Amino acid sequence: MTDLLEPSSLSADSHGHSDADHNSASPHDGAHHEHHGATGILNWLTSTDHKVIGMSYTITSVAMLVIGGAFAMVIRAQLVAPNNHLVNFSQYNELFTMHGSVMIYLFAGPFAFGALANFIVPIQIGAPDMAFPRLNALSYWLYLTGSITMLLGFFTAGGAANFGWVAYAPLSDIINSPGAGADLWIGALLLTGFSAIFTGVNLTATIFYLRAPGMTLFRMPIFTWNLLVTGILILLAFPVLTAGLIMLFCDRHFQTHIYTQHLGGVPVLWQHIFWFWGHPEVYILALPFFGMVTEIIPVFSKKPVFGYKGMVFATLTIAALSLGVWAHHMFTTGVVLLPFFSIMSLLIAVPTGIKIFNWIGTMWRGQIWFSTAMLMSIGFVVTFLIGGLTGIYLASPPLDFFAHDTYFVVAHFHSVVMALVLGGMAGLYYWAPKMTGYLLNERIGKFQFWLLFIGTQLLTFPQYVLGLQGMPRRIAQYILDPGWQTLNIWSSVGGFMIGFSTLLFVVNLWVSWKKYPAGDNPWDAHTLEWYTTSPPPHHNFYRLPQIRSERPTWDANHPDSKALVHGHNEDGAGH
Amino acid sequence: MRVEARILLLLGAFFGAMCVVYWFWGHEDAGSIMMLGGTLLGFLPGTYYYYWSRRMTPRPEDRSDATLEEGAGVIATFPGSSIFPFLLGMGAFLSVLSMVFGVWLAIPGVGLILWALLGATAESRRGGVH
Ligand code: HEM
Ligand SMILES: [Cu+2]
Repeated sequence: MTDLLEPSSLSADSHGHSDADHNSASPHDGAHHEHHGATGILNWLTSTDHKVIGMSYTITSVAMLVIGGAFAMVIRAQLVAPNNHLVNFSQYNELFTMHGSVMIYLFAGPFAFGALANFIVPIQIGAPDMAFPRLNALSYWLYLTGSITMLLGFFTAGGAANFGWVAYAPLSDIINSPGAGADLWIGALLLTGFSAIFTGVNLTATIFYLRAPGMTLFRMPIFTWNLLVTGILILLAFPVLTAGLIMLFCDRHFQTHIYTQHLGGVPVLWQHIFWFWGHPEVYILALPFFGMVTEIIPVFSKKPVFGYKGMVFATLTIAALSLGVWAHHMFTTGVVLLPFFSIMSLLIAVPTGIKIFNWIGTMWRGQIWFSTAMLMSIGFVVTFLIGGLTGIYLASPPLDFFAHDTYFVVAHFHSVVMALVLGGMAGLYYWAPKMTGYLLNERIGKFQFWLLFIGTQLLTFPQYVLGLQGMPRRIAQYILDPGWQTLNIWSSVGGFMIGFSTLLFVVNLWVSWKKYPAGDNPWDAHTLEWYTTSPPPHHNFYRLPQIRSERPTWDANHPDSKALVHGHNEDGAGH
Repeated sequence: MRVEARILLLLGAFFGAMCVVYWFWGHEDAGSIMMLGGTLLGFLPGTYYYYWSRRMTPRPEDRSDATLEEGAGVIATFPGSSIFPFLLGMGAFLSVLSMVFGVWLAIPGVGLILWALLGATAESRRGGVH
């Protein structure tokens, strides 16, 4: 059951297989016929096509965004009044734990490295599939079953996990968190952890081994570059978390006393392990979205990306530094090397700043087309800048001692992660035409953008103020202070706007369903995925253009514009 | 291949330097060991790629002047479709649930995993037929 793929057939106009029936379907409407006979549900269960898997990842992770968002709506509703009784304390604990867990483990990560990445990366480098298609399918099944496992917690007697998304010891031990929900949470992260590791292997191998002739590393689109680095970071970080979780499970059920306070255990070890994964994880989340907007901003500015090599360098620097900053989450434990982690964390702001300058430099004097994807990308840059700047405050121990565990931290990382949501929406509006063959409605899209963008700032700004005034995070009720209540109400209004904007996205999918045919390259974009059909055929290409710059599709469509040559010496080969 | 090798080696070297500084400055075991792991993750594949990059001519995807024809030939075999990833996933699912709902669930769980592993291996050996 294997296809032998001969790239020589890629350059000819007809492909070796009869793929003519692949041009008009997303995998989920049952119309995507493989030429292997299986159809419908069986096709979905057995498919190893990266496009089908990418689509499954996209749908599942957006569903997780909606579920995690629903929890957030209840949290924000609870906080509109200081003594609200919408939910009780233990329900509130379950809600914020599952909100954070669903959003980080089941939405942001899988969306970042499983959804658009799976679909787009092989096509951007001219590959017929991922390097290990069956492993790729396994990644998806582990992700899906992991998600179900985590959510099953709500149906157990003790309810879902309620120790926060970071599961600090000793709160997460068997005495403080006896329920099955906690074990389901651990089991879920084992499944999704292996899923992520396999994806990391697959991304790295694909990008190292399956590039088309002439697609040197320094001609790869920045999105692909960022996913290469993300893949490497996954391999560095996720095994640590997985090992840590196995030890946590053993502590809970086999009395191994690794994280306990007595019998030789060290509770703070859990924090070291967790954040050794946790901070690289924030870049595992962020880099793919950086990549998305770095594809989108040049296309809608009608310019090549400004500072291509600077972008690559910045990405690699971020990856290098991200392994040495984990304990900035542990400043207040009193047992970490403050100067080391503070300096490393501040250094990360430098490559991040380079990226922001390059995005602005790309837009500078460009002919900007304010499509939804572009607006979302600009919204991403602005919001990420706010999150990055407040991160710099927190990286300074004296300021962090003041702000740790307050709403200031909540606001910081919501600026960051809401920027990622904006970037993800940018990616969806940009690539949906490639994935489905149809554009999304721009008018609804722009309305969605403004709601999402304004809602995000309205959500976080009051939280920054509340945090500086000392409001702790993770509390269901707060002191009777009219000022605090007003700020919380504003924050909730922002939250509801975000929730409404997500619903608008779902409405847009429905309204635009098969309505606006996209053609191969609706945006006059630069990279290889826009050279093939929408959606691409089985094994992606009927033919490839000659690759002579990092913008092969643009070169093919604009023969008189000068090809940009990057890095002709990067391999020392043939020069 | 040489650029790939260099990236991994440079990352490994950076992690190694950080690890040394951290160990001598902080005397903290857990973090130092984890950083050592990162260092190895840069060096192990990095040296492997470096070794090969010195012994082979650059591949078409390493050369900026390569033509499409140079990539001709079979690049890889790709399984057209397979039920085994799904079965393996379900096996893992049941095994994880057995940690919570009862060890008996591990029986079908591990069974499915074994079946899927054997099946996938056999499928690979048969490979090449379409
Ligand atoms: C300039 C870069 C950044 C710096 C210097 C920075 C710094 C920090 C610091 C010091 C904290 C700990 C605050 C505390 O708990 O007292 C923190 C928390 C956090 N940051 Fe960042 N950050 C940066 C970027 C990011 C990015 C890119 C993300 C996500 C993609 C992110 C996500 C988070 C999250 C989720 C937390 C909260 C963790 C928790 O639940 O306690 N940060 N950040
Ligand atoms: Cu961090």
